[in-house]
Amino acid sequence: MAEKNSVLIDGQVVPLNGEKSILELTRKIGIELPTFCYHSELSLYGACRMCVVEIEGRGIMASCSTPPVPGMKILTNSPRVQRVRRTVLELLLANHDRECTTCDRNGTCKLQDLANRFGVKKIRFGERDLKLPLDTSSPSLVRDPNKCILCGDCVRMCSEVQGIGVLDFNGRGSSAQVTPAFNKDLAEVDCVNCGQCSAVCPTGAIVVKDETDRAWAAINNPEKLVVVQVAPAVRVALGEEFGLPAGELVTGKVVAALKRLGFDKVFDTSLAADLTVIEETNEFIDRLQKGERLPQFTSCCPGWVKYAEHNEAEYLKHLSSCRSPQQMFGSLVKKHWATELGKKPEDIFVVSIMPCTAKKYEAGLPQFTTDGVPDVDLVLTTQELARMIREAGLLFDQLEVESFDTPFGFTTGAGVIFGATGGVAEAVLRAAHELVTGEPIEQVNFTEVRGFDHRKEATVEIAGQEIKVAVVHGLANAKALLKELKEGKVHYDIIEVMACPGGCIGGAGQPISTSPETKKERAKGIYNADKLSQIRKAQDNPVVTKFYERWLEKPNSHAAHEALHTAYVNRSRINGEQIQLLTSKQKEQVDVAVCVGTCCYLKGSYDTLNKFMQQAEAAKVTDKINLYATFCLEGCEQSPAVKVNNQIINGVTPDQAEKVFKEKVLSKLE
Amino acid sequence: MKQELLKTTPEEEQSSTYQRKFEKVNEVINRLGRSRSALIPILQEVQEEYRYLPEEILTYIATALDLSPASVFGVATFYAQFSLEPKGKYVIKICDGTACHVRGSDPVREALLKRFNLEGKKRTTDDLRFTVETVSCLGACGLAPVVLINDKIYGQMTPEAINLIIDEIMKEDAEDE
Ligand code: SF4
Ligand code: SF4
Ligand code: FES
Repeated sequence: MAEKNSVLIDGQVVPLNGEKSILELTRKIGIELPTFCYHSELSLYGACRMCVVEIEGRGIMASCSTPPVPGMKILTNSPRVQRVRRTVLELLLANHDRECTTCDRNGTCKLQDLANRFGVKKIRFGERDLKLPLDTSSPSLVRDPNKCILCGDCVRMCSEVQGIGVLDFNGRGSSAQVTPAFNKDLAEVDCVNCGQCSAVCPTGAIVVKDETDRAWAAINNPEKLVVVQVAPAVRVALGEEFGLPAGELVTGKVVAALKRLGFDKVFDTSLAADLTVIEETNEFIDRLQKGERLPQFTSCCPGWVKYAEHNEAEYLKHLSSCRSPQQMFGSLVKKHWATELGKKPEDIFVVSIMPCTAKKYEAGLPQFTTDGVPDVDLVLTTQELARMIREAGLLFDQLEVESFDTPFGFTTGAGVIFGATGGVAEAVLRAAHELVTGEPIEQVNFTEVRGFDHRKEATVEIAGQEIKVAVVHGLANAKALLKELKEGKVHYDIIEVMACPGGCIGGAGQPISTSPETKKERAKGIYNADKLSQIRKAQDNPVVTKFYERWLEKPNSHAAHEALHTAYVNRSRINGEQIQLLTSKQKEQVDVAVCVGTCCYLKGSYDTLNKFMQQAEAAKVTDKINLYATFCLEGCEQSPAVKVNNQIINGVTPDQAEKVFKEKVLSKLE
Repeated sequence: MKQELLKTTPEEEQSSTYQRKFEKVNEVINRLGRSRSALIPILQEVQEEYRYLPEEILTYIATALDLSPASVFGVATFYAQFSLEPKGKYVIKICDGTACHVRGSDPVREALLKRFNLEGKKRTTDDLRFTVETVSCLGACGLAPVVLINDKIYGQMTPEAINLIIDEIMKEDAEDE
C-alpha cells in the first residue's frame, strides 16, 4: 500500500525513499523551504528555525532536522507556519545592521532575499543600538559582527570542512557572538584566508575584501602599464554573474571585458600553470631519484600552504618549492618581461583575477616583493571583476570574444585543469613519464584523480617505477590524510592539496552559490576546455620552451629558482602568546623558550620543559633564566624545538633535555 | 614578538609561582585525560589555581586536548562560573535576589565599590586583592541582604558592617604575609 511508506505533504501523497529529513523530501517535490543553517555538506545544526513545517499532532518542527515518518501529515505553508517564519525573520532583522544599500552582499544576501520573499514589511521589535567594530585585519576578508545572525554556518564550515576551527560561538544569550579565539582579529590567528566561511555566510557578516577601487585607480593612472592575468577557474564561473549557466566557458568574453575596462594587456595564468607543471615535475623526479623528501606536496594553493605552516611544521620541507602560478606570472612579468620592454618593475601594475580570497594574502607576502615592489600588485576575485563589469555597464553576454595577448597568452589543457581538484596531479602525470624517459606517452586522461570524492588515488608507472598519487580538497581531508601518513597507514609519492572543496572552481571568490551542482558544472566546463585545447601537455607549450631559452635556462636552474621558487616558514596558531615560567632578575641571564605548539607537544615537549625546570632548580640558577613555553618558534625543523637566546635547537626530546640544558644553557652562565 | 605575560599580584612575581601553577595545569590534564568531555572539569581546576583563565593557558589546554582555541574560548565564555579576567584573592559576591534587593543590597554594593575605587566596568582592585560581584539569589534569603566572601556567608549586611568585615580581612591578610 502506498500509505505504508509515504507521508502527506500539503495533501499530496509523497513516497519515502530513505530521505533523512522532511526538508530533503519537500525539495524533491519542488517546494523550496527557506533555510539559513542547513547546508548539505555541513552537519545538522537546526537552530535558525527558518525551515519550519507544521506536523499534525506534533506542531511546528524544523524540517531540516526532523526525519519523515510514514503516515505523517505535513503542512509547509499553513497560517501557523507563515506566522512563525515571519516572526523568525523579524527577530533576526531586529538584531541586524540593516544598512542594505551599502552592504557588499546587497542582492546576494539570504536574509534580504527571504525578508522580501516572505513579505516582511515592518519590524515590530526595537533596533539594537550596540555597534561592534569591524575586523578588517585580514588581507582577504572583512568581518562585520553587526550583520551576524548566529546561524553558525561559518563555524561548521571552518571546523568540519577545513578542519581548523578559527571561528566559534562565545558568550551566551544576548551577548553571544561568533568570533575567533579570545575575540582576536582574523589576522592574529590561524585563519588561512580560504574564505569558505564567507561563501556559506547567508548575510554580509563575512565578505570578500573589495579592492576594485585600487584597480580603477591603476587603470586611470597614465604612468602605469596595467596588465591582468586570469586564472583558469574564472572562465567557467564569471558567466553566472550575468545569467549564463554555471560551467559555460566564457574565456573570450572575459578577455573582451577586461580590455573594455581599460587593462593594457590581458594574459592567462594557465600559461604560468604550465610552467609550474614543468618545474614541479622536474623537482619531483629529482626527489624520486634521490629518494628524499617524499611524498612531495603541491604548493600552488596559498590556503593549504598557510595551513601547513601553522600545523605541519615537519612536512614543510616536503612541499614543492614552486611558487604558485599567480606568483610565477608576477615574477616573470616584473623581473624579465619588464627588462625586455625597457621598463622598471614599478612601472608595470600587475592585477590578478582569481577565484580565490587567499590569493590576496599570498600576493602580499614579503618574499614576493622586491625592493618594495610586489610581483603582483592587486588581486581581484571573480566577484569583484563582475562588480567592475557592472559598474562599467558592459553587457557581458553580448560581448564579442577576444583572445589573450602575447607573450603570456598561450596555454595547454594541462594549465587549464589546474582549476579543478585533481588538475595539478593530472598535469604532472601527463609530464612525468615523458620528462624522465624522453619518450612521449599516449595517455593524457587520468580520470581517477578527477571528481569530488574526498580522497582520490591513482597508481601510475613512470619509467618502470610505481608512483602513488593522492589528491585531497578541503583541508579537513588533508588533515586526515596527514594523520594516516604520520601513522604509517598510507604511502604516497605525490600529493595534491587544494584548500577549497572542488579545488579553485569552488574558491570563495567565485560567484556566490550554495548548490553543489554549480561546482560540478564548473568542473565539467574546465575538462571541456582541456579537451578542446590544441595541446594537452604542459611540456609541449612552445611559449614555455621559449621562456626557458630566453630567461630561465632550464628547469630547476639557478635562474628558474630565483624567479619561480620560494621557501616556507612555520607560524604559530595565535600571535604573541607565551607562558612565562621563570623570570630572571639578574644581569647575567639566558632566555630559554620551549615550544608547546601541537607538533612539539605531541613529541613530549612538556617533559622537556619539566626537565629544564628541574635542572634549573638543581643547579640553583632559577633566577638567572627567563624560561617560557611558547606556541611556535617560527623556524624550527624538528620537534620538540627549543630556543636558547637566539639559537633554535631542534629535536630536544625529553631524554636529550639534560644534555642540552647543560651544554646550551648552563655553559652560558659559568 | 609581543610578550603577553600572566598578570600576577606583586608577591607572586617569584618564578616559583608561575612554575607551580603551570605544573598544576599539567597535573590536571594528565589526571583528567585529554578527551573533550574532560574540558570543563579541567577548566574548573585550572581556574582554582589561577583564580581566572589566562588566554595562554586556554591555548595550552586547547593544544593538549586537540581542540581549537576558539572552541575552548567558547566553552570558557559560555559558563558564568568561568572568568577570563583575573580575579582578586577575595571574591565578594553580593546577592541581588529579590529579598536582598528589597532589604538594601544596593547600598552595601555601593559602599564596597567606593571603598575599592572601582569605577565603570572595573570589578577587581589593581592589587588583585578584591573582586566585587553581584549574584542572583544565594539561597539564604532569611539572612538578607547576604554577602559571600570566598566561601563564607555574611548575613544582614549594612554598609557599616561590610566595612568592618573588610577591615578585619585586610588585617588578617597583612598578618599572613
Ligand atoms: S577564511 Fe577559511 S580558515 Fe579563515 S575563518 Fe574562514 S573558513 Fe576558516
Ligand atoms: S558570520 Fe555569517 S555564517 Fe557565521 S554565524 Fe554569523 S551569519 Fe552565520
Ligand atoms: S534550516 Fe532548519 S533550523 Fe535552520
